Amino acid sequence: MALLSKKDTKLITDPLMDNNPITIQVLGICSALAITAQLKASIVMAISVMAVLAIGNVVISLMRNIIPSKIRIIVQLVVVAALVIIVDQVLKAFSYELSKTLSVFVGLIITNCIIMGRFEAFALANGPWKSFLDGIGNAAGYGLILVMVGFFRELLGSGTLLGFKVLGDPIEKTGLYALGYENNGFMLLSPMALIVVGIIIWVQRSRNKALIEDH
Amino acid sequence: MGLKSNLHNLKEKYKGTKMAPAFNALHTFLYLPNETTHNGTHIKAADDLKRTMNTVIMAMVPCLIFGMFNAGYQHFSALGAPVDFLSWDAFYIGLIKVLPLVIVSYGVGLGIEFIFATINNHEVEEGYLVTGMLVPLIVPIDIPLWMLAVAVAFGVVIGKEVFGGTGMNILNPALTIRAFLFFAYPTWMSGDKVWVHGAVERTKEIAAGANVDAISGETILGSLAQGHHIDYSLSDMFFGFIPGSVGETSTLLILLGALFLIFTKIGSWRIMLSAVVGALVMGLIFNGVVSSGWITETSKFYTLMSTEFWHHLIIGGFAFGVVFMATDPVTASQTNKGKWIYGFLIGFLSIMIRVFNPAYPEGVMLAILLMNVFAPTIDHYIIQGNVKKRMKRLKVKTA
Repeated sequence: MALLSKKDTKLITDPLMDNNPITIQVLGICSALAITAQLKASIVMAISVMAVLAIGNVVISLMRNIIPSKIRIIVQLVVVAALVIIVDQVLKAFSYELSKTLSVFVGLIITNCIIMGRFEAFALANGPWKSFLDGIGNAAGYGLILVMVGFFRELLGSGTLLGFKVLGDPIEKTGLYALGYENNGFMLLSPMALIVVGIIIWVQRSRNKALIEDH
Repeated sequence: MGLKSNLHNLKEKYKGTKMAPAFNALHTFLYLPNETTHNGTHIKAADDLKRTMNTVIMAMVPCLIFGMFNAGYQHFSALGAPVDFLSWDAFYIGLIKVLPLVIVSYGVGLGIEFIFATINNHEVEEGYLVTGMLVPLIVPIDIPLWMLAVAVAFGVVIGKEVFGGTGMNILNPALTIRAFLFFAYPTWMSGDKVWVHGAVERTKEIAAGANVDAISGETILGSLAQGHHIDYSLSDMFFGFIPGSVGETSTLLILLGALFLIFTKIGSWRIMLSAVVGALVMGLIFNGVVSSGWITETSKFYTLMSTEFWHHLIIGGFAFGVVFMATDPVTASQTNKGKWIYGFLIGFLSIMIRVFNPAYPEGVMLAILLMNVFAPTIDHYIIQGNVKKRMKRLKVKTA
């Protein structure tokens, strides 16, 4: 017996590819540009967003019948703010250095359009289990792009992955650096993150022409 | 069988296949096509895109050859064993250093153009011919070839092909390539070592313990930005016997190129003239600031600000950028009034960036790229202004 029904599986797999929050809906770009210079930061950010989005979706879904529609936005903000503060405190407690790197961007998960978008578009109209899956799926789609961008930016920009010197040591001139290779400093700047996201969008849409928007 | 019929046969053989654009391009690069259009009205003119591009390249050839001589001349002067400027020794160093730059630039750039033409099934466009010649002229002589290749690939794909190829690009591709190099590999694009062949290697040898003198490869702007005194005469600066990117040093030859471009009506004299005016105005403002005593000699901007306003025209890459890159017809303003504004702001901002950015004492690249972005906006307002004026005239007449 399958763990999830076909419909439920789609809730998770759809946002990974054909309805990706970053590359298709073009939401949450800001954090994708700001914190992807290192792979580790990207992964932590992806996990944080997944926690906030999955739990938040469930909470909103449970309350969906008692929230007056006039004040729903402020209710959603309170829920997401509470969750973000918890995530922020957990990060500060267990990984202080990393929370320094992520600085305000953990706090800014509150304003990540993906979260409010999913609350509005999905959690307010669906049950808690479906909302949970939707949250996991969308956060995974977001995280997938973040990790891809982080992978290329850290590899090409610093020559490391998760801090390991995979290309050799630039000062000792070992590995690739012995051949005259040098790190690409442009990769560490935010404009390059935008270009990497752009290239991912380009590749995705040329593989699946149905995704190209009409004008 | 001559080359022409060979090329024609090749073209016929691949007609209708995916590779057709590549062979068409090879054929029409050298010869007129065999078939002509028979019906409809057509304007016959010699100055097609290919002719335009070739004219610009011709205007740049003197700079390239001078750059080769200068590369060797600077190398030997820095080593303390100067040779005659027009000597085989000097030219040889230039040849073996500059020619690979040209080959890599054209090889990578045209390769990508051919690939995109084949994938998208359109004719190969000539847009890269000029870019490919510009690129070797605006990079430091010792830049590693693989960096140049990466940058050219980036510049052509992200700077041009994603917008739809030749004629659609917003930014000048040659400057996109240079900007990429500058931000990606700053140690090879700025500082006091990269501008003279051999200076970087010498530094490494000294670091390894060799007992030799360090040689400096500082550009004039670099020295000025650090407040150093420079010992090049004005004629050296004007004729180009100074360190710098390969082809940008000789203001005289750039002027010749400019006259050639203006005479053949390929380059816009409005842009060149207004850029020079803009630079002079900014230079005068800075001179005024210095002479009125608003900044002290201890200020880090003092040396560059107190440089006489017209010296800015003959040092650094200003002249080269204004003549060959600001006038790029694709990325510049299209309206005549717009060209005045566009050019003036390029000159004005170049000198401003030059003075206020000591980490990167050359502003013309960033100024042109910035104005490239604003060129459509300038045109929009010029055209709207014209529309409004005509509407008013229409109302007066009909009222």
